[in-house]
Amino acid sequence: MKEKKTKPWEDKGNPIQKCLVAVKKNWQLYLMAVPAVVLLFCFAYMPMGGLVIAFKKYNFKKGIWGSDWMDPWYKNFEILFRNNAAALNAIRNTIFLNFLFIVCGTIFALALALAFNEVTNKYIKKLTQSFSFLPYFISTVVVGIFVTGLLGYENGVINRIITSFGGEKIAFYMEAKWWPMILVIVNIWKGAGYSAVVYLATISGFDNAYYEAAKIDGAARWQQTWYISLPLLRPTVITLTLLSVGKIMNADFGLFYNVTGDMPTLYATADVLDTYIYRALRQLGDVGISSATGFFQSVVGFVLVVFSNRIARKYEEDSALF
Amino acid sequence: MKERMTVGRFLVHVFVILFAFLCLYPFLMVVGGSLMTNSEVLQSGFKVFPDEVTFASYKMLLGNGNLILNGYKITVFVTVVGTFFSIAVNGMMGYVLSRRRLAGRRILNLYVLLTMLFNGGMVPWYMICTRYLHLKDSIWALIVPSVVSAWYIFLIRNYFTGVPEEMYESAKLDGAGEFKIFSKIYLPLGKPVIATVVLFAALGFWNDWWLGLMLIDDSAKQPLQMLLRTMMSNIQFLQTMSQQSSEVQALLASVPGDGVKMAMVIVTTGPIILLYPFIQKYFMKGIMVGAVKG
Repeated sequence: MKEKKTKPWEDKGNPIQKCLVAVKKNWQLYLMAVPAVVLLFCFAYMPMGGLVIAFKKYNFKKGIWGSDWMDPWYKNFEILFRNNAAALNAIRNTIFLNFLFIVCGTIFALALALAFNEVTNKYIKKLTQSFSFLPYFISTVVVGIFVTGLLGYENGVINRIITSFGGEKIAFYMEAKWWPMILVIVNIWKGAGYSAVVYLATISGFDNAYYEAAKIDGAARWQQTWYISLPLLRPTVITLTLLSVGKIMNADFGLFYNVTGDMPTLYATADVLDTYIYRALRQLGDVGISSATGFFQSVVGFVLVVFSNRIARKYEEDSALF
Repeated sequence: MKERMTVGRFLVHVFVILFAFLCLYPFLMVVGGSLMTNSEVLQSGFKVFPDEVTFASYKMLLGNGNLILNGYKITVFVTVVGTFFSIAVNGMMGYVLSRRRLAGRRILNLYVLLTMLFNGGMVPWYMICTRYLHLKDSIWALIVPSVVSAWYIFLIRNYFTGVPEEMYESAKLDGAGEFKIFSKIYLPLGKPVIATVVLFAALGFWNDWWLGLMLIDDSAKQPLQMLLRTMMSNIQFLQTMSQQSSEVQALLASVPGDGVKMAMVIVTTGPIILLYPFIQKYFMKGIMVGAVKG
């Protein structure tokens, strides 16, 4: 990777000339990069620049760059942080729920991967893995319908079970208190199979000699799991966790929007930054608040990603993004 | 490797099988629900095995024919075209970044990487798409914003970096241009990673509703998932009201019921489920390719 050969253009004087030589030599390669560069510019870099709208009074006619500055420039943020309980609620929910997802999701996926590893029957192993992986393939819209089928007031499977035991029906879509739990379960249901496959891939890469040696020393299966597999998995788990901590400000919009059905009754516990921004932008048309919230999310998110990657790199050179 | 069945092993099997069943159950529920009569749903809720099988829900759904058929056309078009462009755009970029001696490679790398770390978020993105790129209500709005992906680019780059340099050198000596080397040598050699990107991109386009939600208001241009979502929110709204007013309850009886919703799930998700047994092993391989650096 890091070969230090003298490059043909290196000895040729000034930078502009160097550039020209490089372009002449590699124009085909540069041309091939153009589509990706242009698309990234349109859909990643222009929105980054568009963040300035958080400091402006948006006027559709004048556009993002032409609109006038806010006076004072931080006014949108003042409104956001002074007296906006809904936005603060969304920030809190985003962090809290993502934290729950990371902790519960990681523990469950690890347990699942280790359990898969213990199943020796080929057919059971294959079949159970296939089924656990299936939810990963469907859209959150479909997940939302599954959840209504299970939790619906009249016909929902859960309520039918409750009433058949003589219990009182629960109006899940009216009571916010159930939703952190429901969302954690749905999140595990949708993602654990996928994560377990990632961990299994890691486990299958471990040197068998560790296990052979342990066997000779008379270690039982659970001891091999506990003292060999788990410690060897540690770097992977730590990196993956750190990387998700880096994304803790970004909620899975699909999950929160479709699975809760965007019900106002559930905002107290299930409204997150992404759904809040979406609502402020598309339904209330409040560009000021939505862009200020978005700015906050992007900047805090960036800081967290950079930090978590730094730490992740310390644990495992290869696993960090940069 | 024969092992004795101990209590621990037994519990592990129970856990795995139970979770696999819970993953499968909603699918069975939806299949059952889509085949039930409305009265049976009202009487006993959704069943995996209905007492009486009827195709009424499907008839009702496809009786609304045009909308569903149209949604299908759009989704298929978006999936095929979008996946093709994904491979072309990300593949080429991955190839370019894998050329070790290219001047400016580090800058290009950084250019791609930065998009993974920082993004402008929904609000400016929406404004750029609508006001500056004029994508609103265009079918291309369902494709263009999702084509490029830093993740795919790096996945492809990493794989191509592992291709022996001699391949490139000898093709170069034969006078092949860069694009030819990419399409005739690297793409075929990179089959595993290309297959992975094809599958993930196709799945992403098929399941996408976000672009439809943000950028398409015209219902004739909505993809399947968005039609499904519209349908769901209408029914759900009525359902939550139904505890309160009998008026709404009467209205609920006249709108397409839960059965139709379930039938719609089958119609939109069916192709994925049918293909699943054939493609899932490639997905698992793909995850392993990606897991190394993802």
